[in-house]
Amino acid sequence: MAVETGTDRLVVRGLHVAVEGLEILKGVDLEIGRGEVHALMGPNGSGKSTLGYAIMGHPGYEVTAGTVELVDGDGRRHDLLAMEPDQRARAGVFLAFQRPMAIPGVRLADFLRHAVTNVRNPQRREGEELMAMREFRGELKAKMAELSMDPDFARRYVNDGFSGGEMKRAEILQLAMLRPRFAILDETDSGLDADAVRLASESIARIGGAEMGILIITHHEQLLEHNTPLRTHVMLGGRIVESGGAELAAELHKRGYERIRASYPEAAAAERDLGDRQAAAAAV
Amino acid sequence: MTTAATTTLAVPGAAATFDAGALEHLIGAAPLPDWATQRRREAFAALAGSGLPDRRSENWMRTDLRLFRREAWGLRPRPAAGAVAPAGLLAAAIAGGAGTDADGTAAATGPLGGRLVTLDGHPLQEELDPELARRGVRFGSAESLLPEIGHLLRDHWCTVIDPAADHFAALHAAFHRASAVLHVPRGVTIAEPLHVLAAIGDGGVDTSHVLVVLDDGAEATLLTETAGGGAAGSAGGFHCGATEIVVGRGAFLRMVNLQNWNTGVWHFARQRALVHENGRLQWTLGALGSRLSHVAQDVALVGRNASAQVNGVMFTEGRQQLVYNTLQHHQAPACRSDLLYKGALQDRSRLVWRGMIKVDKAAQKTDGYQRNDNLMLSAQARADSIPGLEIEADDVRCTHGATSGRVDTDQIFYAQARGLSADEAARLVVAGFFQQVFDRITIPPVRDALARAIGSRIRRLS
Ligand SMILES: Nc1ncnc2c1ncn2[C@@H]1O[C@H](COP(=O)(O)OP(=O)(O)OP(=O)(O)O)[C@@H](O)[C@H]1O
Ligand SMILES: [Mg+2]
Repeated sequence: MAVETGTDRLVVRGLHVAVEGLEILKGVDLEIGRGEVHALMGPNGSGKSTLGYAIMGHPGYEVTAGTVELVDGDGRRHDLLAMEPDQRARAGVFLAFQRPMAIPGVRLADFLRHAVTNVRNPQRREGEELMAMREFRGELKAKMAELSMDPDFARRYVNDGFSGGEMKRAEILQLAMLRPRFAILDETDSGLDADAVRLASESIARIGGAEMGILIITHHEQLLEHNTPLRTHVMLGGRIVESGGAELAAELHKRGYERIRASYPEAAAAERDLGDRQAAAAAV
Repeated sequence: MTTAATTTLAVPGAAATFDAGALEHLIGAAPLPDWATQRRREAFAALAGSGLPDRRSENWMRTDLRLFRREAWGLRPRPAAGAVAPAGLLAAAIAGGAGTDADGTAAATGPLGGRLVTLDGHPLQEELDPELARRGVRFGSAESLLPEIGHLLRDHWCTVIDPAADHFAALHAAFHRASAVLHVPRGVTIAEPLHVLAAIGDGGVDTSHVLVVLDDGAEATLLTETAGGGAAGSAGGFHCGATEIVVGRGAFLRMVNLQNWNTGVWHFARQRALVHENGRLQWTLGALGSRLSHVAQDVALVGRNASAQVNGVMFTEGRQQLVYNTLQHHQAPACRSDLLYKGALQDRSRLVWRGMIKVDKAAQKTDGYQRNDNLMLSAQARADSIPGLEIEADDVRCTHGATSGRVDTDQIFYAQARGLSADEAARLVVAGFFQQVFDRITIPPVRDALARAIGSRIRRLS
């Protein structure tokens, strides 16, 4: 893949991931440069979220082979797999969750203040000073205004009782505040109404710019409207089977995955096999 | 603020146990009015005729007293040489100044209106803002106040609770010492909190009593806390106390009991409040310490339209065992009671809550609620929640609930994905768990002290 030298890259090589002993990802290769937008598509259950979790370091997703590295512009490599999830976040990786978790009793503003402080000051240890309240609130207010969010929203408890759309907007707010080097947006468009998707698409384009490498996982087209993917990847049966340009995303939206399954019978078989195994496990 | 002379009550040749000789020494060394002495003697008779509670009784069946030796404990003639009272958590939070609300609004902490500090059953410090004294407020040790205003308190002292309820109630009523008394006269409202710290040294004993009487229309905030004693495996300590509260008509009391003994201390406490017509009580219990606690907390709503809000914040670890029996007794019509106990358990600790809402026939239009939520931070911890209702009136609304859960690893991962360390995330999740009860406690330094103390105790989840 042609990537300019001198830009930071997120590099995934031969990644195999198992969940509860069942192999889900079967050798994923992916490389995203800072400033690039990539789209990741694929049928339900093909392993897209699993890739996001594995990159972020969810303890339930076991990497059985392969590497995930951050490569700095000057060639220095950082092994993400050796890091705790919070170290990965501090290294500049962000995952917008397909299904964000609720943390009752913890206000979004307080949560974000901890997050922002740690990400901007990666060496910070717990107990050390948080970002100054005034400065933080000023920034939060400005970001919320840009996202057309009611400032009172930050007083609510993290994802507790949020509607589907509110959760996704809160994820975008966190993205905006944390300004990572690499962001994986896992179906950040699902649950949003038509206006909100348009706003999200514009916001992500604005937040991203040249500073961020973005992997957009989506089943829809709107999010890509303002974020034209440099590359579109198709996942099937735990592998990226095909990559192309923006036109590939357009094709999949129009025609679905029939051609993909027909073209990659081995991956299609892996997809069926996983389904069979899960059915068998469920029957036990 | 004036400082009264420090009193040290020496009990010459005090016996080591709670026997007849010790009682006579106590009566001689710390003279109270005759009626009070008489009540000591009556309680001692009840004590002599009773044995340690056994596990067949409903209130004690989940309390393990097998390693408790009553004869090992007795009043101390004086504080251990060189002993100093440990700083209380609330004292530190109040001294620390302004607390901060979760949303960043500064919550100002005013100065204290008064303070009583005792060590090993001896008052060390008694202070009351002279302006409050001028307005008729009385606050200090029973030894200094009962001779002066005993006639006022005679109807309440050791009558709100039943001194013969069980062995520990009787022991307390016979041997109470270094007790705290607060009396606020009719219509007097006090903005500044009053503070009581009862401390013991390693192996120390505390039998202090707390009596709070708010006359009609009075308002006050009383913060009481316990601290000290030995850690598990040391000489430990023994507390046998009682709290009596009388909230007069239209009066409003905010009461806090924070139990923060070291982990070797045996803690037995009986606490009861009477709330009269239109009176309001906000009563917060915090429990962080002790080896074993057995607490009876009763609220009796005795006048129409009285209300009580009861808040419990418990954090246990190691092999601590805390047992709470609560009673919300609706005796008059149109009263409200709302109890929320929240506990987090670490290691192999155990927490028991047995709650009862009792509604008398006369108490129509009762609105009663009780709820206990527990968060298990370890697979070896154990929590029991046993709510109960006993309703004789027919037009009432009474509900109860209990939950028990573990910290979700997905919550921790989510927070980690945003840059919080696993420990930081766990502390945040636990803090969030308690937020609902903190939101009800309208005294910022109390909230802060509890939140900080709990935060510092949480270790990596196991
Ligand atoms: N925690 C888990 N426990 C059990 N199975 C899991 C878990 N996570 C993922 N899987 C399984 O792994 C497979 C891939 O799931 P994943 O969530 O990665 O799919 P996806 O491509 O994101 O699908 P969708 O488009 O529906 O979001 C599915 O079969 C799913 O059931
Ligand atoms: Mg998914």
